[in-house]
Amino acid sequence: MRPEASVILLTTLIGAGQGLFLAIFTAHGLALFDLVAAADSLAFDVAGSAIALALTGAGLLASFFHLGRPERAWRAIAQWRTSWLSREVIVLPAFMFAVFVYALVHFAGVRPVLARLPGGGAIDLATLAGLAATLLAFALFVCTGMIYACLPFLREWHSPLTPLNFLLLGCASGFTLAAAFSAAAAPGLTRLFTGYALAFTLLGLAGRGAALVRNRRLKPKSTLQTAIGVKHPRIVQKSMGFQSGSFNTREFFHGRAPGTLRWVKWTFLAAAFAVPAALQALALVLADPAGPLLAAAFAIQFAGLAAERWFFFAEANHPQNLYYQAVA
Amino acid sequence: MTQLALVIDLNVCVGCHACVTSCKQWNTSGAAGPLADVNPYDADPGGAFFNRVQTFEVGEFPDTQTVHFPKSCLHCEDPPCVPVCPTGASYKRPDDGIVLVDYDKCIGCKYCSWACPYGVREIDPGRKVMTKCTLCVDRIHDATKPESERKPACVLACPTSARLFGDIHDPESEVSKAIRDNAGYALMPEWGTHPSNHYLPRRRTAMRVHPDELERADNPLKVDGLLPRPSKADPSLDDVTSW
Repeated sequence: MRPEASVILLTTLIGAGQGLFLAIFTAHGLALFDLVAAADSLAFDVAGSAIALALTGAGLLASFFHLGRPERAWRAIAQWRTSWLSREVIVLPAFMFAVFVYALVHFAGVRPVLARLPGGGAIDLATLAGLAATLLAFALFVCTGMIYACLPFLREWHSPLTPLNFLLLGCASGFTLAAAFSAAAAPGLTRLFTGYALAFTLLGLAGRGAALVRNRRLKPKSTLQTAIGVKHPRIVQKSMGFQSGSFNTREFFHGRAPGTLRWVKWTFLAAAFAVPAALQALALVLADPAGPLLAAAFAIQFAGLAAERWFFFAEANHPQNLYYQAVA
Repeated sequence: MTQLALVIDLNVCVGCHACVTSCKQWNTSGAAGPLADVNPYDADPGGAFFNRVQTFEVGEFPDTQTVHFPKSCLHCEDPPCVPVCPTGASYKRPDDGIVLVDYDKCIGCKYCSWACPYGVREIDPGRKVMTKCTLCVDRIHDATKPESERKPACVLACPTSARLFGDIHDPESEVSKAIRDNAGYALMPEWGTHPSNHYLPRRRTAMRVHPDELERADNPLKVDGLLPRPSKADPSLDDVTSW
């Protein structure tokens, strides 16, 4: 498949935004049980939610560039019963709205106690909105992953590892961003987030590594024999029926050399996992919460995840390519 | 229930592309708007087509077969492109089984083309919406046309009658009989899409000579040439003339 910048940006940006909000609400939830000190509402919760909203908003904006007729995008909410893409189009704005409400409640300070936990933690409007946003964030990871995983003949994607990796990689970049952000906004939480970020980065490496190993072993189900229905071991395409390109020759081929794919694979394994994990471990070892170190870790990891997403598309081999093997 | 479909006889197709050009002509002239081209008269021409004829070589020289392979939307009975559409623009008509795109609802997200293993959906470069074979839906149900012309443009254009059109759910239809009698098959059966369009395989054209054709059964003595003249006394055929 041809990697498209708009889709790469959409999936990486909203993943980081979802992960960042999950980190913010993790701190909120732990504070309910007095496991961490509650962070400053304005500097941490509101500003952090604003960053998450900016990331998801930028992703949403990028997704419009994928469409041929963006002015009709609102129609995409229609088929939520059958289409994962339609579900994503509904859940993404719903998640953004819940995050907005969470930020608004924190900003306005309208936090009447609705109920009390046994330990004394106060359940207020912010907790409810945050809980809704958390559930929607997980739902959004599932929707985004299932858009790709539900297509049976794109076998590189048709695996439970696909939604799992969207979840793990989004959380990795989101918690790394939360660590870098909290170094300025809530230094007490930096070590916590760095630990989470390191764990998610390593889990992401395991999940993505498993997907890479799985995809290496895939044998194509469709062959030229089943594509044209001629039972002969040697079939060669002499003409695809036209002399220059078409939608089919552009949309489904990445058009790069196999060497480029290998190079991108090792680059993203280093940039999305190895280097950020080393920087996060270094930040954990250093006594001083190292803001710039974590900011660098996020920047490198985000670039690495963009490369990962490029590779994710490029490695998927569509069976229609069997029909487009010879220009003439 | 009706399921309209094409049956394409690979044994007869000569790869002339008449179905391609007639399809383009009909579908670029219809009410749905032009099927756009990009640089049609320039160095790198392109554009949307509903039907393409491809050519494959089977076997190794000197024992080769050239297979011309027309490919358009197969109007699957279980089309994977329909449920993935987020807007409902892609749909399968319940009354005749044709898979169609509502060009006014399509947002051009290309997801349906990812979900089609056959690569038969193409984005129209002008309208920026997904397009595909309609089985000439604006023609086959047109009551103002004579019955013989209510067929897809490609079927009418085919000079060798390699394309048949009809209802594959009607066991007595021409297409059902052609599939039954000539081992018609579907493409990529491994994905369970149940394509409605079928292909008839290449059949080797061989002359069958039986031994009794080489050795005449009415000449057991293997005597060739003129038979011996009968005697004048032998009876003749009509008792009037002699041999």
